[in-house]
Amino acid sequence: MTVEHSRAQTATGARAGEPPLPRAGEQTRIHNIGYRSYDGPRLGRAYARRSLYAQSLRGAYGLGRSAKSKVLPMILFVVMCLPAAIMVAVAVATKMDDLPVDYTRYAIVMQAVIGLYVAAQAPQSVSRDLRFKTVPLYFSRPIETVDYVRAKYAALASALFILTAAPLLVLYVGALLAKLDFMDQTKGFAQGLVSVALLSLLFAGIGLVISAVTPRRGFGVAAVIAALTITYGAVSTLQAIAFDQTSTGAVPWIGLFSPITLIDGVQTAFLGASSAFPGGIGPSDGQGVVFVLVTLGAIAGCYGLLMRRYRKVGL
Amino acid sequence: MVRATSVVHVTVIATESLSKRFPRVTALDRLSVDVGPGVTGLVGANGAGKSTLIKILLGLSPATEGRAEVLGLDVAAKGGAIRERVGYMPEHDCLPPDVSATEFVVHMARMSGLPPTAARERTADTLRHVGLYEERYRPIGGYSTGMKQRVKLAQALVHDPQLVFLDEPTNGLDPVGRDEMLGLIRRIHTDFGISVLVTSHLLGELERTCDHVVVIDGGKLLRSSSTTDFTQTTTTLAVEVTDTDGHPDGTRALRDALHARGVETHTGGGLPGAGHILLLTAEGEETYDLVRDTVADLGLGLVRMEQRRHHIAEVFKDGDQQAATQTTQHGQAGRDGQDGPDVRKEAVGNDG
Repeated sequence: MTVEHSRAQTATGARAGEPPLPRAGEQTRIHNIGYRSYDGPRLGRAYARRSLYAQSLRGAYGLGRSAKSKVLPMILFVVMCLPAAIMVAVAVATKMDDLPVDYTRYAIVMQAVIGLYVAAQAPQSVSRDLRFKTVPLYFSRPIETVDYVRAKYAALASALFILTAAPLLVLYVGALLAKLDFMDQTKGFAQGLVSVALLSLLFAGIGLVISAVTPRRGFGVAAVIAALTITYGAVSTLQAIAFDQTSTGAVPWIGLFSPITLIDGVQTAFLGASSAFPGGIGPSDGQGVVFVLVTLGAIAGCYGLLMRRYRKVGL
Repeated sequence: MVRATSVVHVTVIATESLSKRFPRVTALDRLSVDVGPGVTGLVGANGAGKSTLIKILLGLSPATEGRAEVLGLDVAAKGGAIRERVGYMPEHDCLPPDVSATEFVVHMARMSGLPPTAARERTADTLRHVGLYEERYRPIGGYSTGMKQRVKLAQALVHDPQLVFLDEPTNGLDPVGRDEMLGLIRRIHTDFGISVLVTSHLLGELERTCDHVVVIDGGKLLRSSSTTDFTQTTTTLAVEVTDTDGHPDGTRALRDALHARGVETHTGGGLPGAGHILLLTAEGEETYDLVRDTVADLGLGLVRMEQRRHHIAEVFKDGDQQAATQTTQHGQAGRDGQDGPDVRKEAVGNDG
């Protein structure tokens, strides 16, 4: 049977179904309804991972999706940047000596907005693939679990970094326009960027781990909000109690138990920030090392949990 | 018609005593089978091990023992290379409702490694080939089951694989949609030059579509042969006659008369109405004459006398005793015995 071997004909370049170009010596046009085979490049795993990253990052701001799904991320982005813009405007107009808020402090002040963003976008990124069972389609292609997890993680962390670094950039540009001290501002800006980079990785990890558990987007949103607010509420309450009872030594340690206070601790110890803990009692350098280790451990833990979660999601 | 002289892959899929054991179930039991180019049907009841086999062939699940090759690549070592050259259409729903078919298939093309421009071109081509036109710009959520199946098929074909695995592609389709899908599957090979492994628990539909059929049951190979072997070894005649005043039961009268002339007959299975159809084995031209003359002698009206191809379902009759002994051998393998009859029934019903 000729048809049985038409795939084998590819090797000789005489595959059935190529466009009707009558060339001498070739009389193999048996089935010709215009199917064109693809002989171009196949760019493999790394390319597929990058494509998934790009698609997920765009998706985190609703790009390439319906108009409705652009509304929330865009509003949150504006809300995030607006205070920075106002501060800059005031600083320039009134010729202040310094910006009203430190670069490192900005994300702490705006943590509710960041939390909302993670809660909305982390489930969007992973729950949909689980809910609509699209995951097997990915894993029947060259990419593997590790590629999927890394692309999704990197995409959400990048989206968060854009969200948190953009207002810092506004502040920095504004500060330069207001002719504040260049060295001072650049250092503060750089410290702020390191801090929000850590924050982005940590928040993205927590958001994804929680969202990847449930195919239901609503549950994911609620669970992420709960995880961020309850831990922060509990930690700051305990810190306040400890501070009132003058056991101030406990204040920094308690800060280890919620994501945002963890970042606060790290940047207080190493990034020149003033702590938002009660009484401004941040961790010492020694404690700061613990904060850094816990932060990195939490990020690695989130990554590990995601890998474990997706190892089981086969076809 | 030029026959391909340089056969690159004589076998597209080859397994060698492939086994997959889960703690409580043996999904595949020393399965050795070779599959050549063309359309191959993988038939078995639910739980016979079809999906497990596909998972192993995609390199996503390690076999407990034995080995398998797809397109000449070892599944354990070259899973990634296999998945780049193979397409997969899952049995279940796998489409997000809020994106259009075009967007979705473009994304999947890129996941298969196609550069952006090629991904868009191939998507437009492939969607057209599977029969999706203007509606491809609308969100998938509004599609009919048939259209969704086409999108699922398109994402499996968009990267121009050398082989596609289609897992129950006709599931949930009405008879018309089913015929269209089967025609499409046939074209994947004849027009696109892509080999196909298609699973189904309906034997009748694969008989019409496939060049080769592999039947597995309880993870064991029951039979592997070309469709022509299955259906053309003997010719079965189906005869239906009217009743007359002289013979109130014409079918019985004909059967008795034929028996008297030494022809074995049997009725057409357990379906309603099948009792009026007499099946007999045609030895040659003379059998036709004999039936005609017998019917004429009895004064009955001949409603039909047609060739009926041997049905693939009969392999299950062969395998029946085997399956029965298996069931008694290990009690937990009750699914073998339970599902076997279902398959037969559906297959016969599908015979139309």
